[in-house]
Amino acid sequence: MPGSSPRMTAKHRGESAYIGPMRPQDILMPVPAGLCCKPGGFHIDPVRPVERALITHGHSDHARAGHGAVLATQETLDMMRLRYGENFADSVQAITYGEEIRLGDVAVTFHPAGHVLGSAQISVTCKDTRIVASGDYKDARDPTCAPFELVPCDVFITEATFGLPVFRHGDAAGEVNKLLASAKLFPERAHLVGAYSLGKAQRVIALLREAGYDAPIYLHGAMEKITNYYQERGIPLGELRPVRGMKKKAELAGTITLAPPSATSDVWTRRFPDPVTAFASGWMRVRARARQGGIELPLVISDHADWDGLTATITATGAGEIWVTHGQEDALVHWCKTRGLAARPLDLVGYGDEDEGETAAITGEVEAQPEGETKA
Amino acid sequence: MNRFAELLDRLAYEPGRNNKIKLLVAYFGETEDPDRGYALAALTGALSFKHAKPGLIRDLITERADPALFGYSYDYVGDLSETVALMWPKAELPGHNNPPPPTLTDVVTTLRTLGKAELPAQLARWLDELDETGRWALLKLVTGAMRIGISARLAKTAAAALGDKDAHEIELMWHGLSPPYLDLFAWLEGRGDKPVNSDPTPFRPVMLAHAIEDGDFANLDAADFSAEWKWDGIRVQAVAGHDARGHIQARLYSRTGEDITGSFPDLVPSLHLPGAIDGELLVLREGRVQTFNVLQQRLNRKVVSPKLIKEFPIHLRAYDLLGDDANDLRELPFTERRAHLEAFVARLDDPRIDLSPMVPFANWEDLAAARADPKSAGAGNDADAVEGVMLKRRDAPYLPGRPKGPWWKWKRDPHIIDAVLMYAQRGHGKRSSYYSDYTFGVWTHSEAGDELVPVGKAYFGFTDEELLQIDRFVRRNTTEKFGPVRHVVHEPDQGLVLEVAFEGLQRSPRHKSGVAMRFPRISRLRWDKPPREADRLETLERMLISMTGS
Ligand SMILES: [Zn+2]
Ligand SMILES: [Zn+2]
Repeated sequence: MPGSSPRMTAKHRGESAYIGPMRPQDILMPVPAGLCCKPGGFHIDPVRPVERALITHGHSDHARAGHGAVLATQETLDMMRLRYGENFADSVQAITYGEEIRLGDVAVTFHPAGHVLGSAQISVTCKDTRIVASGDYKDARDPTCAPFELVPCDVFITEATFGLPVFRHGDAAGEVNKLLASAKLFPERAHLVGAYSLGKAQRVIALLREAGYDAPIYLHGAMEKITNYYQERGIPLGELRPVRGMKKKAELAGTITLAPPSATSDVWTRRFPDPVTAFASGWMRVRARARQGGIELPLVISDHADWDGLTATITATGAGEIWVTHGQEDALVHWCKTRGLAARPLDLVGYGDEDEGETAAITGEVEAQPEGETKA
Repeated sequence: MNRFAELLDRLAYEPGRNNKIKLLVAYFGETEDPDRGYALAALTGALSFKHAKPGLIRDLITERADPALFGYSYDYVGDLSETVALMWPKAELPGHNNPPPPTLTDVVTTLRTLGKAELPAQLARWLDELDETGRWALLKLVTGAMRIGISARLAKTAAAALGDKDAHEIELMWHGLSPPYLDLFAWLEGRGDKPVNSDPTPFRPVMLAHAIEDGDFANLDAADFSAEWKWDGIRVQAVAGHDARGHIQARLYSRTGEDITGSFPDLVPSLHLPGAIDGELLVLREGRVQTFNVLQQRLNRKVVSPKLIKEFPIHLRAYDLLGDDANDLRELPFTERRAHLEAFVARLDDPRIDLSPMVPFANWEDLAAARADPKSAGAGNDADAVEGVMLKRRDAPYLPGRPKGPWWKWKRDPHIIDAVLMYAQRGHGKRSSYYSDYTFGVWTHSEAGDELVPVGKAYFGFTDEELLQIDRFVRRNTTEKFGPVRHVVHEPDQGLVLEVAFEGLQRSPRHKSGVAMRFPRISRLRWDKPPREADRLETLERMLISMTGS
């Protein structure tokens, strides 16, 4: 099997094992700053300032400010600019999906991850070994971003946010129908949908439009900028209105409003008539999690792959070795091993799951909004 | 089944009573017979079949899934039925001829007759056919663990609302109806006659009193009221009537309408005249009322042995008459009902049933003195079983619910409240295997309606036997676990009411409720009382003012 770490004689040669076949961990290895590629001289999604950063997508735990050079898709660069201002890095370079760039001894390509607008898996090839760092990804349909592209590889680095077989997200359109049915049953109440501002909110809006809902949809202030950006990029979201201008409670009866989840338990909600609090997240599959957040209408809509998606993707990449990062690593590593795949959890720190951070915010465990929310 | 499951799912998350009713009415309106009837039966606890054991569910999943993955998942989710429902593998059913998922009717009617040996395979088939929520509801239903935070009363209220009827009408005919209630729905939708109440012993919703505060007396005229002792027993409704064949039938109901006849077979022969008595259940030995602790030996018994009956002789102390044969007396003023009651009890002429005596008084000072010393004010040797006095307006009809004004309760010991168990924690030392530390709360008004706010913690006051009972209750009614702490169900209609005694109250900005209790202890378990009838924070506020003057 290619890439399944031959236990070679390079042991005593230390780090400079460039002769003979490469071990995957010589190409990419976890260090405190993030995933480090020594032969290419860069880090992927570093959590500390580095000289050269390759960024998979715009979520604040993956895309941070303060790096020297940043290589990412145009959308990701734009989102970083929106959040951090013009000078978020010394220099930037945009890369398109499929375009190959050589960095040091490695070739790098970006491929759609299906997670949010502009999100990418990063493929790193050195000699004959290809490693794909998939960042956050999903294989489910999403009208607001390019669909996930399968990239055959030797080592696949997968997230495991929903790495338990209890997480099966089902059909997002069905969840949106639940929301519409509730809005119909309670026309005198406002429906408040907690959704992560980057990606989830726009996907929910797009799904509402696909379901035929054509009334104006209201937005919390923290969502306006990023949602406008989606529209500028040609993603049709219909008529959107800021909640800000609404003076009378009664005017919001029967409406649907998107807000960052942390806001749905805030005094901000007092402007709404008897609001139904919904939350769009993969976590809503588990009742205790939904109840903990005081949610009345849980909507199982996720921007991460569910268990079936993770396992199907892992199999389809043909990779013989799987590195598992943020989430429920144990169960997924166990599953890989039962399928005869070499697998190990990858010790990377600093990545929250965006939804995870938000549920915590609802329950008051985290006072502040996730980083970036306040600025976005 | 999937549609019913969706309803349960939504109800479980919806806190508002009116919104719950709306969800139920929508369901009843858009669901066909007989499914909606079986749903009503499931919601009112009127379905009966043998329940599946958790072990069976666990076996089903471990046959189909990697046990290690099941272990990780169960750890995370914390609920067996939910874990299995979520991770049940998608069935590899060939082609397009998948069987339609079972309806609620399919499930209920099949379970009724299904042999034990056939259950696992049948369950597995259904689990293959249902979606996540459907599987969850199915497993909750078959394991008998369907707790959805709504009462039978609420389900009936919603059914009534479907036909713009009063829930009370359904209550009156309820015991004569049976699932799937085709005649009931036909009547509610104006397609059929009102079902004849063939039940000779219907329950009538009870009338409840408000706690009186010192300030209330200024606005009340003593001459408008009569008073009687407030007995430290169990409020019951004893109903007797003739069945279709002319035989007398008797039933004993708790204050919430639960049929408790089975626990008190010794009282049934005494109810030999058709009528409906509102009264207090007590244990009498040699004519003396025993304490509540003695009475407690008779509560929640499935099997009632002759020994128990002999050692704890049951007695009914009557204080109101709601029906005399076919006559509904509830519209009559209290004084007239009292006259009917006295005549009725005289006609019964039974040693197990007597009248609750009136407490004579000319003004509030007289009554205060009687309340302070019931022994010399007529209660005599029964004084220990008196927990205060009841005030009833002479001209008031019998009104279901808790109308403000006609009835007041004036308890002897002001330092007692009824609170609702909210959280339980394991104890220490030899109690470390029991949930013995209890956080309890009282109702307060919030933006979203009434909610419970914690007011204190208690670690003692209960007997060893009671500790076992509470521990069992906690384990069976846990809604969430946080480390050593369990959240225990505390809904208006579900939960455990604790009578809490305490030494004093003080203001405390550290507590969300704003008050703190000194030396709170559990003085009694009120299994008979629904949480919605527990005390309110306002009551504590007023106690605080009268204790501290601030
Ligand atoms: Zn992300
Ligand atoms: Zn992530």
